[in-house]
Amino acid sequence: MSTLTLREAPPERLDLTGLDPARLAGLSEAEAARLAVGTSRRGLTLGDCFAISLDGSDCLRILGATDRLDRVGAGLAAGRIVVEGDVGQRLGAGMRGGTLTVSGSAGPFAGTAATGGTIRIAGDAAGSAGGAVHGAAAGLDGATLVIGGSAGDRLGDRMRAGLIVAKRAGVHAGARMIAGTIVADEIGDYPGYGMRRGTLVAARHGALLPTFVETGRQDLVVLRLLAKSLQALAPEAAALLRAPLRRYSGDLATLGKGELFAPVG
Amino acid sequence: MPDLILHGIRVEDTFAEAFDMAATALVLTAETPEWALIAATTMTGFATSVIGCGAEAGIDAVLSPDETPDGRPGVRVLLFGFDAGGLKDQLLRRVGQCVLTSPGSAVFAGIAWDDPNVGKALKLGGAIRYFGDGFATAKRVAGRRYWRTPVMDGEFLCEHSVPTVGGAVGGGNLLFLGRRFAETLRVAEIAVAAARAVPDAILPFPGGVVRSGSKVGARTKGMMASTNDAYCPTLKGRAGSALPPEVDVVLEIVIDGLSAGSVAAAMRAALHASTKAGGELGLVAVTAGNYGGNLGRHHFHLRDLIGEAA
Repeated sequence: MSTLTLREAPPERLDLTGLDPARLAGLSEAEAARLAVGTSRRGLTLGDCFAISLDGSDCLRILGATDRLDRVGAGLAAGRIVVEGDVGQRLGAGMRGGTLTVSGSAGPFAGTAATGGTIRIAGDAAGSAGGAVHGAAAGLDGATLVIGGSAGDRLGDRMRAGLIVAKRAGVHAGARMIAGTIVADEIGDYPGYGMRRGTLVAARHGALLPTFVETGRQDLVVLRLLAKSLQALAPEAAALLRAPLRRYSGDLATLGKGELFAPVG
Repeated sequence: MPDLILHGIRVEDTFAEAFDMAATALVLTAETPEWALIAATTMTGFATSVIGCGAEAGIDAVLSPDETPDGRPGVRVLLFGFDAGGLKDQLLRRVGQCVLTSPGSAVFAGIAWDDPNVGKALKLGGAIRYFGDGFATAKRVAGRRYWRTPVMDGEFLCEHSVPTVGGAVGGGNLLFLGRRFAETLRVAEIAVAAARAVPDAILPFPGGVVRSGSKVGARTKGMMASTNDAYCPTLKGRAGSALPPEVDVVLEIVIDGLSAGSVAAAMRAALHASTKAGGELGLVAVTAGNYGGNLGRHHFHLRDLIGEAA
């Protein structure tokens, strides 16, 4: 297992785009130390900030991470990255495969535009986790994002495909969703604002938009499939999907093919 | 050519001639085993012969909830056609008219997409969704894409596409030459039960048995097939009859399979079961139908099936 150990809190934000096991496997430690990670005119390199130990394996550990590390795992296509600590914004942006695990919390836009693979955040995620960055066509786009703690506002904003599981989320979860699935224990007010398609499932939710209408209780086969697919990944979310659920259809202010499921009673 | 003997029953040293076919498998699920079976039975109805029905179809297995994608009771059905185009047409008609309409039903591909024999994909849910008049939605779950079409009991869920199977074979057969109708029918039933226990094989005729075996062509102009007069007992004694005097009834089973191996396994199981029971049921001989070996490239020699599977 290759390891990058942060020596001390960096003096500026660092951009770790492309620092994945496959790329590092082709480099010596001296070559890796010369990779640029700084975001200012200071010209910081990987070796300036991290103690580097490479063994060519498909697993990379980043130790002592802080929220100044941006774009960790961005573009990851295969292999595994394990982060001990927190990370900054755009964790796993554009990721295509592999697994990315963070023991702490993540900054905004975690998983944005990620088309494959699995991202697990043990702690909290800031706003727009799985959401589109400003001006982008889509947020999460096929990957799986699991947030063990709370997600901020606009969870899955403009997500296009994939799955998000979170403990809690703030307001406007699933806003502008193009498609995909979000399952959370609790979500804030106005979920699914402007959603075109997609599925929101929440054990508890805040105020609903007037453009969501209740369609009653149906034992839909798709919920069984979702529950089965979630069983290994998030058993509590799977249990929620197996409970009797009431369905709301929306956002009827737009295409209206989205839906929100909440427990009956 | 000397005949063969199995369990004391004469087995003619001949072969069944079978053909390449396009095939697919579906898993149909429903709220109860009864409704899954109703959907499967309806969908596989009028599918005995691809010449007259457009497809050959049958139930391959009844599945427990543990064996289905959605955890409900299910049935696996196999559908065979001349080619992928004809198969797709029949698939859409049969799922559209017989499964979409059946309460609580859902449709999944019955072949794993990573199966090495998977061939061309046939768009299924992606075509039936138009019944939803623009209200249908797609959902991707665990890497598979499904269409959810609003219907009056909720939603009809159907996999976007299903794969065809390369190497499917239709037309494996056995003919049972017996003395009395009731006893020979019992022999055929025993053979059908044995063949149906083999995975990836179906017997598309009524109850798995066909009593009107056919030959290619006819004296009547334009007829593609006509009665197999060589095996009709009421035509015994004429030139061309293949029946010995003691044979008063002949029944046939026809087997389609997703591979030549599954057809051979089903024929072997049927041959052994029928000859084993046939001694007490007046079975005179077992033979097989072919067209001289010039039409189909798959020849299942009964000599090879007498031994147990390797």
